[in-house]
Amino acid sequence: MSAAPSPVPAAIPADIPWRRETDSLGMWIFLATEAMFFGVLFLAYAHARIADPAGFGVASRLTHAWLGTTNTAILLTSSLTMALAVRNGWAGRRRSVIALLWATAALGAAFIAVKGVEYALEWRDGLVPVLRFTYAGSHAQAVERFFFLYFAMTGVHAVHLSIGVALVAWLAVRDRDPSHPVRRRETAECLGLYWHFVDAVWIFLYPLIYLVELWR
Amino acid sequence: MSATLPGSYLTQGYTLGSWLATRDHKRIGILYAIAVTLFFFLGGAAATLIRLELATPAGDLVSADTYNKLFTVHGVVMVWFFLIPSIPATLGNFLVPLMIGAREVAFPRLNILSWYIYVLGGLFTVAMLVEGGVDTGWTFYTPFSTMFSNTHVIAAAAGVFIVGFSSILTGLNFIVTVHRMRAPGMTWFRLPLFVWALYATSLILVLATPVLAMTLTLMALERVLHIGIFDPALGGDPLLFQHLFWFYSHPAVYIMVLPAMGVVSEIITCFARKRIFGYRFMAYAILGIAAFGFLVWGHHMFVSGQSVYAGMVFSMLSFMVAVPSAIKVFNWTATLYKGSIVFSAPMLYALGFVGLFTIGGMTGLYLATLAVDVHLTDTYFVVAHFHYIMVGGAVMAYLGGIHYWWPKITGRLYSEAWGRVAALVIFFGFNLTFFPQYLLGYLGMPRRYHEYAPDLQLLNVLSSGGASILAVGYLLPLAYLGWSLFKGPPAGRNPWHAKGLEWTTSSPPPPENFREVPVVTEAPYAYDPEEPVR
Repeated sequence: MSAAPSPVPAAIPADIPWRRETDSLGMWIFLATEAMFFGVLFLAYAHARIADPAGFGVASRLTHAWLGTTNTAILLTSSLTMALAVRNGWAGRRRSVIALLWATAALGAAFIAVKGVEYALEWRDGLVPVLRFTYAGSHAQAVERFFFLYFAMTGVHAVHLSIGVALVAWLAVRDRDPSHPVRRRETAECLGLYWHFVDAVWIFLYPLIYLVELWR
Repeated sequence: MSATLPGSYLTQGYTLGSWLATRDHKRIGILYAIAVTLFFFLGGAAATLIRLELATPAGDLVSADTYNKLFTVHGVVMVWFFLIPSIPATLGNFLVPLMIGAREVAFPRLNILSWYIYVLGGLFTVAMLVEGGVDTGWTFYTPFSTMFSNTHVIAAAAGVFIVGFSSILTGLNFIVTVHRMRAPGMTWFRLPLFVWALYATSLILVLATPVLAMTLTLMALERVLHIGIFDPALGGDPLLFQHLFWFYSHPAVYIMVLPAMGVVSEIITCFARKRIFGYRFMAYAILGIAAFGFLVWGHHMFVSGQSVYAGMVFSMLSFMVAVPSAIKVFNWTATLYKGSIVFSAPMLYALGFVGLFTIGGMTGLYLATLAVDVHLTDTYFVVAHFHYIMVGGAVMAYLGGIHYWWPKITGRLYSEAWGRVAALVIFFGFNLTFFPQYLLGYLGMPRRYHEYAPDLQLLNVLSSGGASILAVGYLLPLAYLGWSLFKGPPAGRNPWHAKGLEWTTSSPPPPENFREVPVVTEAPYAYDPEEPVR
C-alpha cells in the first residue's frame, strides 16, 4: 500500500469522523429503502380501507387497543434509552451505555412479548386469517382482510424489532470489552437510527390499527 | 488470467477462493460480469426459441403453454438477472471508485454480499426453470398469477425478491461512495457523467426496488392464503398490483438506460476528441430523468381501466421525460459536431446507441399518446419500442463500455477490426430483428401469442432472420475478447489517450487502485483535439 496521505482511511478506525459520517449516511439510505418497503403495506391498507371503511371500523374495534397502547409506551421509552445510550457513548460513559443498551433490548423484548400475548388473544378469538378465522359477523371479508394486513404489517415490524433487539444485545455484550470503544460508538449511532425508524413505523401503525375507528 | 502483469488486482491470488472471498470492487465487478453473461445467454436461448416458433404462422415448434413459459423466462432473466445488474454491477463496480479517485467502495463487505445475494436469487430462478418454469409473463399480473397459473410463480417471485436486495446493496454502496470517497479536487461538477449516471441509477435502485419486493410478497401471500389484496373475486383490486408493479418497473427502465447514457457520454467525448457539450445540462438531465421516471408509471395502464384523468396526467408527464432525454441526444450530437471522430469499436457501439435510443424514444411518444396507445397496446409495436431502448440502447452501451474499458480491466488490447465487425453485425442484426416488429404491431399483431395470421409471415421471417444475425453478433465478442484475454498485446496505461482518473493508473490497476491518491485540478473531458486516439 502507498504511504501517501489519503482522504480514505486504509484501515478502520484510522479516521473516526470520516467513518462516522459514512456509516450513518449508509444507514440513512438503508432506512429510505425500508420506508419504501413498508410503504407498500401502508398503501395496501389505505386502499382496502377506502374500499370498505365500515368493515375496517368493525375490524378495528376487535383489536386490543389497551395492549397496543401499552406497547406504544414501551417502544417510545425504548427509543429514549437508545438515544441516551448513543449520547452517553460519545460522552465516554461506557458503563451507563451498557446499562442503557440492556434497557433498550429489554424494552424491545417486552414489546415483542406483549405482541405475542396479543397474537394469542387473536388466535383464541378466531381472528387469524386462513389458520383460524371464525368471525361470522358483518363485513366478514373486510374483517379478514384487515387482520391479514394487521398480521402482515405488525409481523414485518416485529421481525425488524427482533433484529434490532438482537443487535442491541450483541452491542451491549461487545461493549464490555473496553478496546476499540470509538468504533462501537459509531455502531451504536447507526443502530440507534435503525431503532428509531422501527419505532417511527409503529407510531404510524398504532393509530391505523387501534385508534382510527375507536370512537366512531 | 494475465500472470505477466505483476502488482495488479488480478495477481492478488489465483485461487477460486481468492476470488470468492474478495472485497476488491474490481474483482467483484468481474464476478458480476461472469454471472450476468451466463444469464444473458440463458435469456438469449429463450429468445432464440421464441423467434424460431414465430418463423411460421402456425404454432408448430412449441405448445402455447411452453411458449408462455419461454417469453416469461426471457423477460425475467433479461430484466432482473442481466439488464439491471449489467452496467451498474460490472462496469459500475469496477469503475466508480477508479473514476472518483478512491481505493474502494464505502462498504466492501456489503459489495461482495450483494454478489452472493445475486447468485442465490439466480439459483432460485434456475431451479424454478428446471422444475418446469412459470407462465405469467415477467409482469406477474394478478389475478392470473395469484389464482389461475399452475406454474412455479412463487419460486420465480422468490428469485426476483432475493435479487432485488443485491440491487439495493449495490445502489446504497454507490451513493455513499460518491458522497464520501471522492479524491481531493474531485468536486461534484468534475465527476464523469458515468458517475452521475450511476449515482442517479442508485437512487432509483434504493427507492424503487423495495416496492417491488413487498408487492411480490403480497402477491405470493395472496396465492398461498387466498386473501384478496389484488384479486377482485376475493374483494381485492388488480389495478393496485399494476400500480405497484409499474411504480417499480417503469423506473427500472431508467435503471437500465441511465448507466448506458453514462457509458455513451464517456465514449463519445473520447473518440470525438472534444469536451462534452453542455456538461452541466447533461448532469441535470440525468437527475431529471431519474426524478420524472418515478412519475410516469401509469402510462403502462392506459387501457387498464384507471381513471381517464390519471391517464391524461401520466400521458403529459411521459411526454415531459422526452425533454431531458432529448437534451442528452442533442448534446451528444453537438459533441460530435466538428470533433475529430475516430470510428473505433467502442465508438461504433456508442453511435449505435444514440441512433437506436432515438428511435426507441420517439416511438415511446406514440405510446405515451392516450388515443394512439389504445390501438398499439399489447402489440409488437410495444415489444419493438422497449427492445430499441433496452437492447438497442442498454445492451449496445454495455458492449461499448466493455470494449472501451477492456484494456483497463484486463490490461490487454483486442482485435480492433473484429470489434468493429461485431458492432456492425449487431447493429444490422438488431434493426432487422426489431424494426419489422414496429410494422407488425402497427398492423395489429398482439404480443405473447405463439401463432399469428399468415399474411404477417414475411415480416416475422425477417425478424427471425435478424435474430440469427444478432445471435452471431453477440457470440463474436466472446471469441475475440476471449483471445485477447490470453494473447492480446499489452494495452498500457491509457491506450485511447482518454481523460479520466481511471486512465491515470496502470492497466490492470493495482489492488489499491492508485499508488498515490490523485488530486484533481481540471474539469472533466479536457480533451485536446490535436491529440490522436492512438
